[in-house]
Amino acid sequence: MSSGWHWYVILGTLLTLAGFVWLLFANRKTSGNETTGHKWDGIEELDNPLPMWWVGMFGASIVFTVLYLVVYPGLGNFAGVIGWTSVEQHDREAAAHESRFAPLYAKLASMDADELAADKQAMQVGRRLYLNHCSTCHGTSASGTTGFPDLSDNHWIWGSDFSAIKQSIALGRTGVMPPWEAMLDDQAVLETVHMVLEIAGQEHDASLAENGVVHYNTYCLACHGPEGKGIAALGAPDLTTNVWVYGGSIEDLTHTIKAGRQGQMPAHADILSDDKTHVLAAYVKSLSQ
Amino acid sequence: MAEESEYDLGVVRYFAVATVIWGIVGMAVGLLIAGQLAWPALNFDIPYLSYGRLRPLHTNAVIFAFGGCALMMSAFYVVQKTCRTSLMAPGLAWFVFWGWQLVILSAAITLPLGFTTSKEYAELEWPIDILIALVWVSFGIVFFGTLAKRKIEHIYVANWFFGALIIGVAILHIFNSLAIPVSALKSYSIYAGSVDAMVQWWYGHNAVGFYLTAGFLGIMYYFVPKQAERPVYSYRLSIVHFWALIAVYVWAGPHHLHYTSLPDWAQNLGMVMSLVLLAPSWGGMINGIMTLSGAWDKLRTDPIMKFLIVSVSFYGMSTFEGPMLSIKTINALSHNTDWTVGHVHSGALGWVAMVSMDALYHLIPKLSGRAAGDMYSIKLVNLHFWLATLGTVIYIASMWVNGILQGLMWRATTIDGTLTYSFVESVEASYPGYYARFIGGAIFFVGMCIMGWNVYKTIRGGHREEEAAVATPLLQPATQTS
Repeated sequence: MSSGWHWYVILGTLLTLAGFVWLLFANRKTSGNETTGHKWDGIEELDNPLPMWWVGMFGASIVFTVLYLVVYPGLGNFAGVIGWTSVEQHDREAAAHESRFAPLYAKLASMDADELAADKQAMQVGRRLYLNHCSTCHGTSASGTTGFPDLSDNHWIWGSDFSAIKQSIALGRTGVMPPWEAMLDDQAVLETVHMVLEIAGQEHDASLAENGVVHYNTYCLACHGPEGKGIAALGAPDLTTNVWVYGGSIEDLTHTIKAGRQGQMPAHADILSDDKTHVLAAYVKSLSQ
Repeated sequence: MAEESEYDLGVVRYFAVATVIWGIVGMAVGLLIAGQLAWPALNFDIPYLSYGRLRPLHTNAVIFAFGGCALMMSAFYVVQKTCRTSLMAPGLAWFVFWGWQLVILSAAITLPLGFTTSKEYAELEWPIDILIALVWVSFGIVFFGTLAKRKIEHIYVANWFFGALIIGVAILHIFNSLAIPVSALKSYSIYAGSVDAMVQWWYGHNAVGFYLTAGFLGIMYYFVPKQAERPVYSYRLSIVHFWALIAVYVWAGPHHLHYTSLPDWAQNLGMVMSLVLLAPSWGGMINGIMTLSGAWDKLRTDPIMKFLIVSVSFYGMSTFEGPMLSIKTINALSHNTDWTVGHVHSGALGWVAMVSMDALYHLIPKLSGRAAGDMYSIKLVNLHFWLATLGTVIYIASMWVNGILQGLMWRATTIDGTLTYSFVESVEASYPGYYARFIGGAIFFVGMCIMGWNVYKTIRGGHREEEAAVATPLLQPATQTS
């Protein structure tokens, strides 16, 4: 802050405290009369002295305040004599926390995914990491919900490789299904929906589906592939499994094609160390086995 | 000396009745949202009844409708009696009454419809804020105008506190509500980022300080000596704790923003000044309790005295708890838990509501042409006292348990450094407390309804047929038997 505000804070604080001391000092003596002599609507006031225990408590809190403001920041830009800051305290405590548990995670990080999956302690650690960091969106049972993929099944939009799962956790993923409303009219969208239902093995109208093939080949094939099996590198889901992140009803699919979808898996590299990500990825992968 | 008939009591009477009605309404909404936390289906999937919209309705209704009417009732009554003069500009006083009712009505309509500034305790949108400012300034004109034409040289201590309430809240409300309107019912605050947060809690904490503390201390300073028929314990203590209280409260706001992006110096200064606040707060408690001291025998016969002693005790307890919770290491455990809710309600139910009930039970009979405290049924006043006390204790105890439970669950870690519990597990564990809180609130609410009935019958006239609260002494004068 500017030096003007700096001194404003210091003077405001110290003058206020000095004012309290003066108030206590100025009222230390009573008149010696029983009452003040004032009377309002039958109410009188006794001229009793201030209770000494109360004056002591008040004074002690003022003394404590002055000492505290010498030691810790509080008086404007004055940093306090021990140089404490909340950022420094946080970093110190976080580092202590990390170093305390680093050996455990280093040990787990030296194991591969299969070894971890077979290790009971590793899976307990992985489950707790999952509950702390993933369950808010993917659910405590990892079964996901609309917009948040099910992690307990065998379908992986971004690939089932251990390294792909680790990358999803550490760096996050951005899944984009573009909107096709400008290219496809309602009838064309409906035909495409039925074509998609057909390859998913679901109930559909065969003639509509047949007309949909041309739309699919024009607009969808580039990402979802010639057989609709998806391309993990693009995050384009496999359409043949009847597993849907955004719902598989005619209504949901119509919306997906017309308006598109935006999926955001946040990056955790700043929150989770590489070793923790390793254990967590092994746990998540184990869920689908 | 002004005769009783020369005082302007009509507006006081209206405020008294409004206080009772808004108390029942505001607490009913509180009970509903307490129920929603225990049984979420109680929002009935109706947006207007969702928790997020009704919670500000509850806080606005109990603080500004119930509390506000109680304060205006008391201020207009006490300033006349202790200045021995009638109100300056009685017409303006009526504007204050009807204007305030319009503010309340606007809040009751706009909040369920979802119009909000999202500033806690200052949710109302800009047109209503302007109305509040107009009504509040009028309140100040009538109050200070009446003080100016007083027929007693000295100004009684209750009026210092009412004066601080009026000036303090005017400044807080106007500066916190500064906003740029973008439509009839939407505006954006002129402050941004942590400055906005700091201004908001400068306002929020001093709404507690000037509104719920200073204002209700004004009520205490008149009705305690009146009801106890005892002189105020210490004039000097009044002076010291009044000036210290109003000077230090304005420093305490940052303790609502511990462990946020508010700069360290502001957090620290807010914390130590909150500790200094303990003694000035307790000055009021000491003066209240020591004034009651010497009239303890009245506790047997006068349930209004029970309201007073319990309310002043809760005041002392919550003003100890407040500085304690503002200590950063304790705040690290309590912040964002139900402990905060418990703390607020030990002040709101135990102190603010109970001292208002005392003022109402004292005034309603007087305003209805009866003797002070001569209610339709003293037994029902007594019953209300026990329901209110029991309800408050159950409410705050359940929130203490929940708060400490949540704080400990959130920080618990396992041997691998991960959190032991996910958030939803702490919610699950909180359910017993939510049920207990609902029960406590329901008991308090039933007491408020009994008060409503008792007030209605008192205004209508007559007495309930009942035995005296205290049985006739066993020792009877010897009588001649033949």
